[in-house]
Order: sequence, then C-alpha cells, then structure tokens
Amino acid sequence: MAVTPTPATGACGRIDVAAVKRDFPLLHVHVHGRPITYLDSAATSQKPQAVLDRLDWYYRNINANVHRGVYSIAEEATNQLETARDRVRSFIGAKSTAEVVFTKNATESLNLVIQGWGRANLSPGDAVVLTHLEHHANIVPWQILATERELELRWVPLTADGHLDTTHLDQLLDGAKAFSFTAMSNVLGTVTPVRELADAARAAGAISIVDACQYVPHLPTDVQAMGADFIAFSGHKMCGPTGIGVLWGREELLDAMPPFLGGGEMIRDVRLDGFTPNDLPWKFEAGTPPIAEAIGLGAAIEYLETLGMVAVRQHEIDLVGHAMQVLTERFGERIQIHGPVNPQDRGGVLSFAFDNLHPHDISQVLDQHGVCVRAGHHCAKPLMRVLGLQATARASFYIYNDEADVEALAAALESAADFFML
Amino acid sequence: MPGLEDLYREIILDHYRNPRNRGELPVPPAHKVEGFNPLCGDEIVIYLEVSDDNVVNDIKIAGQGCSISQSSASMMSSAVKGKTVDEVRELIRAFKSMMSIHESSLEGEGGEGEDGAVNGSGVKLGDLEALRGVVKFPVRIKCATLAWNTLTQALDEIG
Ligand SMILES: Cc1ncc(COP(=O)(O)O)c(C=O)c1O
Repeated sequence: MAVTPTPATGACGRIDVAAVKRDFPLLHVHVHGRPITYLDSAATSQKPQAVLDRLDWYYRNINANVHRGVYSIAEEATNQLETARDRVRSFIGAKSTAEVVFTKNATESLNLVIQGWGRANLSPGDAVVLTHLEHHANIVPWQILATERELELRWVPLTADGHLDTTHLDQLLDGAKAFSFTAMSNVLGTVTPVRELADAARAAGAISIVDACQYVPHLPTDVQAMGADFIAFSGHKMCGPTGIGVLWGREELLDAMPPFLGGGEMIRDVRLDGFTPNDLPWKFEAGTPPIAEAIGLGAAIEYLETLGMVAVRQHEIDLVGHAMQVLTERFGERIQIHGPVNPQDRGGVLSFAFDNLHPHDISQVLDQHGVCVRAGHHCAKPLMRVLGLQATARASFYIYNDEADVEALAAALESAADFFML
Repeated sequence: MPGLEDLYREIILDHYRNPRNRGELPVPPAHKVEGFNPLCGDEIVIYLEVSDDNVVNDIKIAGQGCSISQSSASMMSSAVKGKTVDEVRELIRAFKSMMSIHESSLEGEGGEGEDGAVNGSGVKLGDLEALRGVVKFPVRIKCATLAWNTLTQALDEIG
C-alpha cells in the first residue's frame, strides 16, 4: 500500500505550510528560472506525493476493471474504488454510499442532475432560479433544458459588495421548481449562505442544487447541515486527480430519477425490449468508471483529513485577509479587489483590477516571475457583465500557500506596473 | 524560453499607451463591425469608411482589450489608411501568415524577413513586424489577430 505522509498539522490545529509544501512536488519546479508561486488553485489544485503514489500503486499492483471480475486484482480494484466512495461519503457527511455518484467532474455532475432530474420533473412554463454568481457549468445546462422544455429562468441578483441580494428571494422562488446556486463564487470568492438558501427553496416547494466545486475543497462540508438536495464538486480542485467528480443527492431523489447515460455498469438486466437499471449509485455510472482517479481522490481526502478542514478554512481566511491587507497597503487606489470585504465571507479567491493593466498583460508579466495567476472571465461571463468587467486577474490560495507567496505576488505586480509604465 | 522583450517590443507598448485612430465614425457612410475574443472577453469595434473607388478613406477603432490586441489594432489602423481594399487584403494575408505558428516557428523558414517581406509575398509589414514575437506565446496569437479578423469581416460585409 502507498505510504501515507506525515501529517502537516502542527500544534493547535494550524497548518504547517512549510511541511505541506514539501508534500507537493510541483511546487518545487522553476519557471523562467524562478521558483514557482502557484496561485491558481481555484482552477485546479496541485497534487501531493501521497496522491501520485496512490495512482502509481494502483496501476502497478491492482489495475483491473471493476465489478464482475472474479480474480483477485479485479476484486481488489473494486474494493479500493468502493473504499474511495466511502471516504467521500464520510468527508461530506452523507448517509450512505448509495448517495455518492462518481462522475468525471462537477460539470458532468451538474449536467447529470439537471438533465436527469429536470427531464423527469419539469414541464413547459416551470421556473428555475439561478444566481448571477454562477459558473457556466451551472448556467448552460439549464439553458439547454430551458430551450427544450420552455422553462423560465430567474436570477438572484448581487449586492454592491458581491453578496447574493436575497431581498426578493421569496418572490423569485414563488412557484419555482428548483433553485440551483453556487456555494462559493470562483470569481468573487463569495461564500453563500447555503443553509438559508436551501431552506428558502424547500419552503417554496423547490429542490436545491448546490455547485460546491469551490466549497468542498476549502471548507468543512456536511451535506446534512447544508440542507440541500444535490451537491456537485470536482476532485481535481481538492488535491485529487483530474477526471473524477462527485454528485451527492438525497437517496429518494436519486432513486426516482431516470438514468442519465446508458451503457454497461448502470444496468441490472438488458433484454431486447428494454433494460432494468442498476441500484444506486451505479445506476448513474455508465461504462468503466474513472477507477484510478476515484482511488486517487480517496488519497486526496485522506490528505485533507490529516490537515483537518477546520484548519484549512482558518488558514485561508487568515491568508486572504493578509493578502488583502498587504495589497491595499502597498498599492492603495491602484488595486481594486472585487467581492466581499470581510475575509470571513470569502474563500481563498482574490479577483482584482490593477493599475488599468489588462489581466492578460498582468498574468504574462507575472509568469516571468514564476507567479501563476489566471486572467479572463473565469467561465462566468454573465457575472462579468453584471460587474461591468471584461476580465479580471485572479489569485487563488490553498493549503500550500503562505505569506511568501503573497509577497511574490505583490513584487511581481510592482514590476508589471514598472514594465508598462502607463 | 522567450522573454517579455520578445512579446512587448517598445513600439507595441507605444501603440498601447498612445493608440492611433481611436474613436468612432458616423454610420453610414462608415461601416461598423464588432469582434470578440471569446477566450478572454476582449472586444473591438471597427469603423471603416471605403470610398467608391475602393480606398480606405478612414478607420477608427473602439473597444477594450489587452496591450497586444490594442496595439495590433492601432498599428493595423495606421497601416491600412489610404490603401486600396486589395492592398488591405494582401496585408491581412501577410500579417496572418506571420501569425501562423506553423510557418514561422515549426518550419523555421520565412522567419525574420530582412526588410519586412513575409513568405515572399512582397508585402511590407513595417512596424507590424514588431508583433512577430507573439508567435512564441501561442495563447496570445488570438489577441494579435482579433483586429485583423474583424477587419476581414468588415471588408466581406462591404463586399
Ligand atoms: C464554481 C465552479 N463550478 C463549476 C466548475 C466546473 O468544474 P469542472 O471544470 O471541474 O467541471 C468550476 C471550475 O472551474 C467552478 O469554479
């Protein structure tokens, strides 16, 4: 079995960032001759050695297709896959593994529930409520279904500081069948009041679907406490490999849903005149699943659990607060940080405008300093339009970032300004 | 590994800081076309006035974008003013061939033209040569070609 790393939590549940950094091989590469400063974890996180080892171990020792195999390694691969599922279950506080569906990413999870639940439950004239904060993954699948089913899409607007404006939420939810919203914005960092929103949806007779892609990697997650009906997230943003995502849903809702993709694994029986779907969760897992990826996600969760998600959350609040302070002290009016002003209300994401420089130019110069930030619309074009922005530069933080990374960012920004001398 | 100087030549920064032909023209007689770079949200609006004898009388550029897309548009506007539509089309072809990764970097030929001639077409790119370095930064090629694709669209629409 793969070696588990020494836990990188020090005394009093704080993260020992230096120790965490040592666990991530990629954080030791050089870019343009400089040590890398990776500030794009909202796009994808880096992977600890323990995850890389687990993937390698899987392929070297037990690689076989799962379910149906009678020989030992097939059985072991199946065991490991289902163990990983149970790890996800306990990580998010789900009642049963029947509620944990593996997909390829959050996008597929959202499409699965929107198409699966939506097709079975929505008819022309029905309303669905979304918010202005959404990623395209929680907009476009609804638009596809809205065209097909003639649905009305309603939108929860934003307040000036980037929170959801829930003043008229009850009116928006009135008569709506579903409320689909993000738990944390990948652009503004806004953490939304999931429980409150889910309760409002339930009171209005609507189901709630949560895009938790930026939430599960960064905050302690308890699907019971969140009170929603479905949540979607990706493994690659939480130290896991790409190609693995999760849809959690309440068992009774998943049970009542028709299958999404058809094929092997998802059936109990197939006859010439039809098929009988498999039990949950396999009913929604057509074809050979991402076996290594799921097992790798299991290792990622073990890693995060040794750090403790409460410590992870505290670390990010502290670091984002520190970054906001350093950048505003240093640059004053020259920098404008988008989104909530209180670090407690946001995740580890900082979108900003700097010195009238275009985000593309900023990130190009930053790259020369080894600093990786993202520039663009971050797959949230409706939000960018609402904000009146074309693009932003975005730095995002995770467990392996520290104050030195903030300093590298600030220094690189200074040199970008010098370079363009606008 | 290519450095920043390969991308941001002084003349590019100059056009970025002081863009030429910024503004709008009355439509008609001018023709207005908008272009978008869906990847980064850059947008450009071109106002093009072509005379009856097919000469670009005037051109104005509006919109927002990064230094590469803005300077490319600015240089383009200076380069096409007073040229015939045929000459402009030739210039677009020459520019786009300079921006094509395959021709200039993979095959290594048709590289730095001594006097700005590209791929033997005989078209002088002049200042536009400064944008050649963009090819070494493939994600930025779309920024450099945005104005040119939009101009092509304008010419096609004028017919
Ligand atoms: C808020 C949010 N939702 C959905 C997604 C889509 O995730 P994936 O591309 O892994 O499916 C992302 C990733 O960028 C995101 O940030």
